[in-house]
Amino acid sequence: MRIWNRIRSWLDATLRRSRVESEMDAELRFHIEAYAEDLVRRGVVHQEAMRRARIEFGGVERVKEEGREARGLNFVESLVQDLRYGASNMLRTPGFTAITVLTLALGIGATTAIFSAVNPILFESLPYPHAERIMMISDMRQDGSRLDVTFHTYRELLERSRSFEVMAVTKPWRPTLATTTQPERLDGQRVSAMYFRTLGISPALGRDFDLSDDQLNGPRVVILSDVLWKRSFGGDRTIVGRQVTLDDNLYAVIGVLPSAFENVLNPLAELWSPLQYDSRNITSVQTREWGHHLRMVGRLRSDLGSEQARRELDTIARNPVRDFPRPAWASLEQGLIVNSLQHDVTENVRPALLAVLGAVLLVLVIACVNVTNLLLARGVRRRGEFALRAALGAGRTRLIRQLLTESLLLAVMGGVAGMAVAQLGVRALVALSPAELPRLGSIGVDGPAFAFGVGMTTLIGLVVGLIPALRASCNDPQMGLQESSQRTAGGHQRARRALVVAEVALALVVLVSAGLLLRSLEHLFAISPGLDPSHLLTMQVQEVGRRFDDDRVKYQFFAQALEAVRHVPGVKTAAFTSQLPLSGDLDGYGIQFENDNSPNGDYAGFRYAITPGYFETMGIPLRRGRLLDEHDMAGAPAAVLISESLAMRKFPARDPVGQRVRMGPDIGRSDRPWYTIVGVVGDVKQVSLAASDSDALYITTTHWSDVDTVQSLVVRARGDAGALAPAVRNAIWSVDKDQPIVWVATMDDLLWSTAAERRFALILFETFALVALILAAAGIYGVLSGSVAERTREIGVRLALGASRESVLALVVRQGMTLTVLGVVIGLAGAAAASQAIAAMLFGISRFDPATYIGVIVLLAGVSVIACGVPAWRAMKVDPIVALRYE
Amino acid sequence: MDKQMDLLQGTLDMLILKAVSLGPLHGYGVLLRIQQISKDRLEIQQGSLYPALYRLEHQGWIASEWGESENKRRAKYYHLTAAGKRRLQTESQKWNRMAELIEGILGTTAEEV
Repeated sequence: MRIWNRIRSWLDATLRRSRVESEMDAELRFHIEAYAEDLVRRGVVHQEAMRRARIEFGGVERVKEEGREARGLNFVESLVQDLRYGASNMLRTPGFTAITVLTLALGIGATTAIFSAVNPILFESLPYPHAERIMMISDMRQDGSRLDVTFHTYRELLERSRSFEVMAVTKPWRPTLATTTQPERLDGQRVSAMYFRTLGISPALGRDFDLSDDQLNGPRVVILSDVLWKRSFGGDRTIVGRQVTLDDNLYAVIGVLPSAFENVLNPLAELWSPLQYDSRNITSVQTREWGHHLRMVGRLRSDLGSEQARRELDTIARNPVRDFPRPAWASLEQGLIVNSLQHDVTENVRPALLAVLGAVLLVLVIACVNVTNLLLARGVRRRGEFALRAALGAGRTRLIRQLLTESLLLAVMGGVAGMAVAQLGVRALVALSPAELPRLGSIGVDGPAFAFGVGMTTLIGLVVGLIPALRASCNDPQMGLQESSQRTAGGHQRARRALVVAEVALALVVLVSAGLLLRSLEHLFAISPGLDPSHLLTMQVQEVGRRFDDDRVKYQFFAQALEAVRHVPGVKTAAFTSQLPLSGDLDGYGIQFENDNSPNGDYAGFRYAITPGYFETMGIPLRRGRLLDEHDMAGAPAAVLISESLAMRKFPARDPVGQRVRMGPDIGRSDRPWYTIVGVVGDVKQVSLAASDSDALYITTTHWSDVDTVQSLVVRARGDAGALAPAVRNAIWSVDKDQPIVWVATMDDLLWSTAAERRFALILFETFALVALILAAAGIYGVLSGSVAERTREIGVRLALGASRESVLALVVRQGMTLTVLGVVIGLAGAAAASQAIAAMLFGISRFDPATYIGVIVLLAGVSVIACGVPAWRAMKVDPIVALRYE
Repeated sequence: MDKQMDLLQGTLDMLILKAVSLGPLHGYGVLLRIQQISKDRLEIQQGSLYPALYRLEHQGWIASEWGESENKRRAKYYHLTAAGKRRLQTESQKWNRMAELIEGILGTTAEEV
């Protein structure tokens, strides 16, 4: 009732504005006249009575204003008024407006862009029903790190665990799809039957896998992604039931997934086929079913927490049963790792993203501090205006509201421009982002990001306006009116100085973080990869088709392809290798030396099955003995090379040349020959520049026990390696046009991308650091030039009294540097604390690396000297005569 | 006692409600009546009266209509609404309780403690 009354009264007053105004006029006039009449009756002269009545009544305008306010009329009214006033104010000071809006736009834009990347990855739940119940289950290595599970471990857990509704395992699959033109190599997954049910997804078209599909020698069936279906089959709805050719085999399409399906376990996958592993033969251990290569997911029962599931799986792991005998490498004696899928997917990028989010928030705070500073400075210039308005009857709340409206208006303009910045920023982010970044497709300025931006804009509008508003509104109107605002440099300077100190401190934190990352990357790239990456082209070549079932035909294809490539103009040398350094390939085996008696080999190393010419092409140096050549191919005794690190480890005092070894599948097989070590080559970084593993064994492709159907071609070019790619590809296709070629890249690219995550963080940090530095410099400059302008008279007096110009210069510079030093001291403490957040991304340096800290301090000091310089110069140039006449 | 006593925060509203509860009044009349009832011991800042009147009207405690004044001029008359009557009642009760309490405290002598 009462609320209704108020709304009606408000509506009434708002809609019939002019009537309300005229009634108010009439009412107040009546009052004054009636009072004057009373005074006349008491014997006062008419004119004098009117005058006294008016004086005693007080300010009519003020009463009217308060009356409007009491009716709630002023809300909309004064908002419109404030907006209009604010807008005209902005137009009057376009420079100030532009700088403020730009600063805010950068801050809000950058923060919103980062938020829109971080939000879907770290904070939003995965796009599955009850995603929080999907768990990732892994085996554990001796050192506690994650290890993929074996198929029989999965089966044992499936049988014995009661914590999960459904469970599934998956492994990558790279089939080649035969099309009418070039064969297309696709990314896919082999999955157990319940994979999609575990995720809570069902096909949009056709059916899901059944248990009957997932059996040894089961039917060849495949489910397609929406993208593949549309791209390769034109979105034809009759696709279900049709046959497609994958790796020379016919597969029946049984379903198509919904377009919204996002496969976080393997974002590139476009088609799925049943795993079809053998679940019976548990006792023979040399099978793929006992290999650690499956990723396992499970959907928790709705009435259980992850902790209960963890405990249950732990109990199972520690209590083997007779039905499920375990070999030593899958004994589960370390227990199992149970994490939410969300955690698992985001684990690697979390530190980098949080650090970047922290950095961008710091930049935003600096931007806000800067704008607050600008507003404070302007507030000082507008003191006379506020005093006048206060004297004319504007209440304190009204003034505060006016100023807040203005700062909100600035923030909204900054926010709108910031959204445009965010759009660009997100595009740049996606382009820059490392391949490891999950959920790339869901990054964009979406609803939550937009809401974030709007919320932030509002908050900023209020925050940056509050201090200047409170400060401006406290002024005594009388003082303000009298003051020519030149003579005193009062307390507002204290607030501005404090803000500049804060700015410098925050900038230092960002700069130190960026510096540490930069130095880490320098350290990283100072490491030699062990090969010569310049002029080196790489690509992966695959053989598909049943006619390659014969090993001889396989060799023949690669040999002919290599020969064709060597004849391409511009090619210096070329070779094939089973795995390519720094490409993500990871292929290692146990190594057994002849005179050791351990059955499985005490050593392990990367295996490279290569063609002669590999070392010459890659630029890997020979340390001892000889390289492999054409004579070491089929027919000759098996000759191998080992890496320097392995040689040092195994033969610290002896010459390894002439020793004999076996590797991987050949260990313990009497029908296979020992290989003789004929030389030692330099260490090569296989995994990444940061990784130290480099034990390796090189063997020719013909001596390895079977033929790799996927090999990498390396080509050393005379000129630009990248430009050679089409010619090399055509040369291979001239041998057989049906063989897919993928991952064409120069070695320089590969090298660069191994540090992608660090580089990603570095680029962002560098950008933020630059912005922070500029903002801090602008802050110092602004305060000092304001202070010099206000102290012109004082400086004039000093000069007139005989102060030297140098001492005036020193005075101003000292003032600025005091602020910088204070900021640096506070910032150092902050930076030392904040560096904890990026510790995981550092390489080769401590997070307290003195060189970085000193470098940043020098940089910041240098920039602030420049920022001080201009106002100081201006102070020095003050002409005492002009200054004293200034007022 | 000083002729001009400062009003306690919020008491002006109560005084206005009381004044118009005795019969419809225009703004100036409210002022005069309060002075009259208080035997001129209380003087109200004239300008502050109107915002208070508008606030009370906005809240629905009082309502207004235009009428003719004693000296045959158009004036705006305020009267108490039903809600205003209830409001005045609760406000005066609250005030009395408060006054008793304060008086009790101020009247306390050392022996009583």
